[in-house]
Amino acid sequence: MAEVLVYVDHVDGAVRKPTLELLTLARRIGEPVAVHLGAGADTAAPTLAEYGAVRVLTADAPEFADYHVVPKVDALQAAHEAVSPVAVLVPSSAEGKEIAARLAVRIGSGIITDAVDLAAGDDGPVATQSVFAAAFTTRSRVSRGTPVITVKPNSAAPEAAQAAGTVEQLSVTFGELATGTKVVSRTPRAATGRPELTEAAIVVSGGRGVNGAENFHLIESLADSLGAAVGASRAAVDAGWYPHASQVGQTGKSVSPQLYVAAGISGAIQHRAGMQTSKTIVAVNKDAEAPIFDLVDYGVVGDLFEVVPQLTEEVKSRKG
Amino acid sequence: MSLRIVVCVKYVPDATGDRHFSEDLTTDRDAVDGLLSELDEYAVEQALQIADEADDAEITVLTVGPEDARDALRKALSMGADKAVHVEDDDLHGTDAMGTSLVLAKAVEKTGYDLVICGMASTDGVMGVLPALLAERLGVPQVTLLSEVSVEDGKVTGRRDGDAATEQLEAALPAVVSVTDQSGEARYPSFKGIMAAKKKPVESLDLDDLDLDAEQVGLEGAWTKVEDATARPPRSAGTVVKDEGEGGKQLAEFLAGQKFI
Ligand SMILES: Cc1cc2nc3c(=O)[nH]c(=O)nc-3n(C[C@H](O)[C@H](O)[C@H](O)COP(=O)(O)OP(=O)(O)OC[C@H]3O[C@@H](n4cnc5c(N)ncnc54)[C@H](O)[C@@H]3O)c2cc1C
Ligand SMILES: Nc1ncnc2c1ncn2[C@@H]1O[C@H](COP(=O)(O)O)[C@@H](O)[C@H]1O
Repeated sequence: MAEVLVYVDHVDGAVRKPTLELLTLARRIGEPVAVHLGAGADTAAPTLAEYGAVRVLTADAPEFADYHVVPKVDALQAAHEAVSPVAVLVPSSAEGKEIAARLAVRIGSGIITDAVDLAAGDDGPVATQSVFAAAFTTRSRVSRGTPVITVKPNSAAPEAAQAAGTVEQLSVTFGELATGTKVVSRTPRAATGRPELTEAAIVVSGGRGVNGAENFHLIESLADSLGAAVGASRAAVDAGWYPHASQVGQTGKSVSPQLYVAAGISGAIQHRAGMQTSKTIVAVNKDAEAPIFDLVDYGVVGDLFEVVPQLTEEVKSRKG
Repeated sequence: MSLRIVVCVKYVPDATGDRHFSEDLTTDRDAVDGLLSELDEYAVEQALQIADEADDAEITVLTVGPEDARDALRKALSMGADKAVHVEDDDLHGTDAMGTSLVLAKAVEKTGYDLVICGMASTDGVMGVLPALLAERLGVPQVTLLSEVSVEDGKVTGRRDGDAATEQLEAALPAVVSVTDQSGEARYPSFKGIMAAKKKPVESLDLDDLDLDAEQVGLEGAWTKVEDATARPPRSAGTVVKDEGEGGKQLAEFLAGQKFI
């Protein structure tokens, strides 16, 4: 049966959820072959197998951490040569898209980014994308070469389907460009203890209406009561109230959770671009005319300083 | 030695307008006013700052796009870039990211460069892959998504605030860079800048000038095909209540009904 390469996003062998979604989607097209770069393949392999990887190709080398993007492209290209897959799937992270792009040029293929769904088609996989700030849904396919497709987090519910997951060493020869961009230093982001913004089932975001860094604890408390990730509008980020890594929108993260809670956010087009595909949307805003109310399943016109703490208390007491 | 900077800028439909597709499923560029992609203003700004620091630098702004795309070049020139290159050809209609990167790579090589600076993403396509595609085609390092960038001693360095970590990156020139909207506010063109821009050279190139064939670009030559585009059904109108003291509880009731609590 045809094989599909799936690039594994992991932290020292702990496989991140979007990869499990990719394995699930890959099975609609063929048999997933996972590509695991860096340390931890033995830790990752059982999980990758559980979600359908027939094989796990792995390579470890200092270049993967010490230099940016290109060493991983060299490895993925080697995997492409070894497997001759019918498609290559990569998680739609900033780095994932760059790896996919350079690979596509090398193998002479078209590239589709930020797919939110994938289906088998007569002429190869068909990718669904959400465009123009999610005002349109398109279906596209790659018409030249091996389809290279990056898939957004939360595009499918991961489904287990045990496969062999045989670990095989991938032999990689690094090209001249592999050492072109040096990582001089790396400072890992401090863990918040909350779910990853792009992977979370629930996101609670605060905007300019939160009116100061010192008030963001209201948003955090609500998020914690719901087990949610915390997001912020660009206005809140630009004001220095919350870190940029938490920004939702066109130039921040694009999220697609089961539930999105917007507090003190007007709903500008650039913000909507990053959250409009959320399943259920609720908002608290004191301005009844705020455009965010056009999107909501449930909205409260009111002062977030009254409504949000009351909601948090109510959630806590209902959860017991 | 002069530092040759090429800034890639895109002319895009205004995101606040009602954007649509044309019948051939390409972006409808007539229905909504176009402008220089706001995210590319950051690229122009960083180019100007790098040029200020260098002994001798020349900034060329480059766009691939229809006739109107000249407006985007004018804006970049009025901000302070020195000259412009406009790749324009009827056969380019419908070109996808792969094709655009091919055209940009040819134009960048023809112009001559030490440093290419791009925006983080175009505000219409929002793929954010062009800088990587371009770097691969040019066979040079990429130093991308920088919120801080500087050039010194033939090297470009910058800070990338990634998902998991903040990284300090470094590459020797020539290289392709992209900058984010965290890199610093772009300047407004001054009146003097706007007047000066009118006299700055804008070179026009077509596919022949770049030794490219029509088959390599355009809708027919595209590496991807859009099968269909459908307007997202408007979200069914939700319930909006005014807080009379019980707003938080009402919202909790809704969330419980939806099984979120
Ligand atoms: C190129 C570009 C990219 C951009 N990218 C992004 C992006 O990625 N993400 C993003 O978010 N934005 C982005 N923006 C900015 C966007 O256009 C808006 O400016 C921004 O989203 C506004 O944030 P806000 O809703 O928090 O603030 P505002 O628009 O000021 O809205 C604040 C809201 O809070 C309400 N409010 C105030 N006080 C209270 C209170 N006590 N209780 C309840 N409600 C209250 C107000 O009624 C108002 O509706 C981008 C803009 C550009 C040009
Ligand atoms: N047609 C174009 N002409 C010039 N530069 C472009 C063009 N399209 C994209 N770019 C550059 O590539 C960046 C990323 O674009 P994209 O990959 O389309 O999101 C933009 O910010 C521009 O700097």
